[in-house]
Amino acid sequence: MSVPRPYGLLAELTHRCPLHCPYCSNPLALVSRGDELVVGAWIRVLEEAAQLGVLQVGFSGGEPLLYPELPALIAAARRVGLYTNLITSAIGLHDTLLKGLIAAGLDTIQISFQSDGTEQADVIAGTRAHERKIAAAKAVRAAGLPWSANVVLHRNNIGRLGEMIALAEGLGAFRMELANVQFYGWAFANRRELLPTRAQIERADALARSELERLRGRMELIYVLPDYYEKRPKPCLHGWGSRAMTVNPRGDVLPCQAAEAIPGLVFDNVRQKSLGDIWRESEAFNRFRGTEWMPEPCRSCDFKEIDFGGCRCQAAQLAGDAGATDPVCEFSPHRAHVDALLAEIEVQPDGAPQWRHRQEQPGGVL
Amino acid sequence: MPSTPTPPEAIYPKLAAHARLRDDAQSGATMLLYPEGALVLDDTAAEIIKRCDGVRTVETIAAELAGAFEGNAAEIANDVRDCLRDLGERGLVHLNARPL
Repeated sequence: MSVPRPYGLLAELTHRCPLHCPYCSNPLALVSRGDELVVGAWIRVLEEAAQLGVLQVGFSGGEPLLYPELPALIAAARRVGLYTNLITSAIGLHDTLLKGLIAAGLDTIQISFQSDGTEQADVIAGTRAHERKIAAAKAVRAAGLPWSANVVLHRNNIGRLGEMIALAEGLGAFRMELANVQFYGWAFANRRELLPTRAQIERADALARSELERLRGRMELIYVLPDYYEKRPKPCLHGWGSRAMTVNPRGDVLPCQAAEAIPGLVFDNVRQKSLGDIWRESEAFNRFRGTEWMPEPCRSCDFKEIDFGGCRCQAAQLAGDAGATDPVCEFSPHRAHVDALLAEIEVQPDGAPQWRHRQEQPGGVL
Repeated sequence: MPSTPTPPEAIYPKLAAHARLRDDAQSGATMLLYPEGALVLDDTAAEIIKRCDGVRTVETIAAELAGAFEGNAAEIANDVRDCLRDLGERGLVHLNARPL
C-alpha cells in the first residue's frame, strides 16, 4: 500500500497544565516533566515533518506556554515553512512572552474558554482562569495577532452557546470553534456528567446554524456535532495514518491524540527513529491504514471511503475492540452501548456536576 | 449574460492576517494556509490573492489579471469577483470599503 502524505502535526509539548477541565483529551496517565522531549529533539521533529510534506503544526499540550523554549520552536517551524498555531489556555501569556511569540513568527493563536461567565467558567476549569483569559485575548488582539476561540460544549455549558458566541465576537476573534465534547481521556471517564441531552443538542444545533449565517464573512463559526447523537461515525482523521500525526510530550508518535486509549498498540518514539520512518513503517500507523483491516459491516459498506469506519479509539473504548466498526454507526452491532448511555443521561437529574477534574498523577510534577 | 453585482468595484480586498500563501514543493502548487486548513490554488486564484493588498480595488485586480492571462476580459472580471466573494465568505479575504 502506498503511504499518503501527512499534512498536519500536533506537537504536544507538555502535559502540564494550570487548568483541570473534566473533559481534557489528554490520557489519564500523563507524561511527567522529566520525561518531556528537549528542544533540540523537537526542532528535529519539525524539520522532518516539513520534509515529509507537513504544512501545519499545532503546538498544544497540556499548556504549551509552560514549555520554556516555545518561541524557539515557533521560529524553527517558520524557518521550514510550517503554518503555526498555538493551542492554549492563555494562562501565563504575559506581554513579554506574547511579543516573543509574535517575533518568532506565530501565525495564529487559539484560546480556550470554558463558558461566558466567570463563575461557571472557573468551576469547569477547576481554577480561577476566566478573567485572565479575557485579559489575554484583549492583549493578543491589541498586538494584532489573529486569534480564534475554542469552547468545548457539554451538558453544563451548552445552554450558554449564544452568550459564548457573543463573548468571542466582542473580543474580536476571527474564528470560533464550538466543539461538542468528544469522549476520550478524562472526558470518557466523565461521560455521564458531560453528555448533553437530546433537547439540549437540538436547541444548540438550531442556534449554531442561525449564528453561522449571521456571522458569515465576519467570524468563522465551526460547530462540531456530538457524534453519539449521529447515525454515522465521524470520518476520524480522514482515515488512520492518512493526513495527520501527534507527537506526545515523551516523543511517542501517535496516529491520533487519543490513541493511547487503544490497549496493546505500540508506538515508536522520535528518540529512536526518524519521523519519516515512523510515519511509513510503524506498526501503530499501519495497523488501521487504508481499508484492508476493516471488518463487516464496514468491509462491504458504501461509506467505507467516506467515514473510514469511524474512530478506532472509540471502538476500543465502547466495543472493547479497536478493529471494530465505530459503535456510533447505526450498522454497528455495538450501537446499543451508545443508545444505552443516551437513554441513561436523559433521566439523569440536573444538578451540580459530579465530574472528576483532571489532576496530575501522584509523582507527576506541575 | 448574468451579472454578478457583488462585491462591487469600490472594494479593496485584503488577505486576512491569519491566511498565508506558500509554494508547496511536493505538489508544485501554490497553497493558501489557514488554521487547520489549506486551499490548493489554481494559477488565477494565486494571482488574485497575491494582489489582495488592501490598496488595489477589485477592478484593478481584474484588469491586471486580464493583462496577465489570455481570455475574455469580462469573463476574467467575473471570475475575479466570484473568487473574491468565495474567499470573503470564508473569512480569508476582507472586502474592505476603503483603501488601507
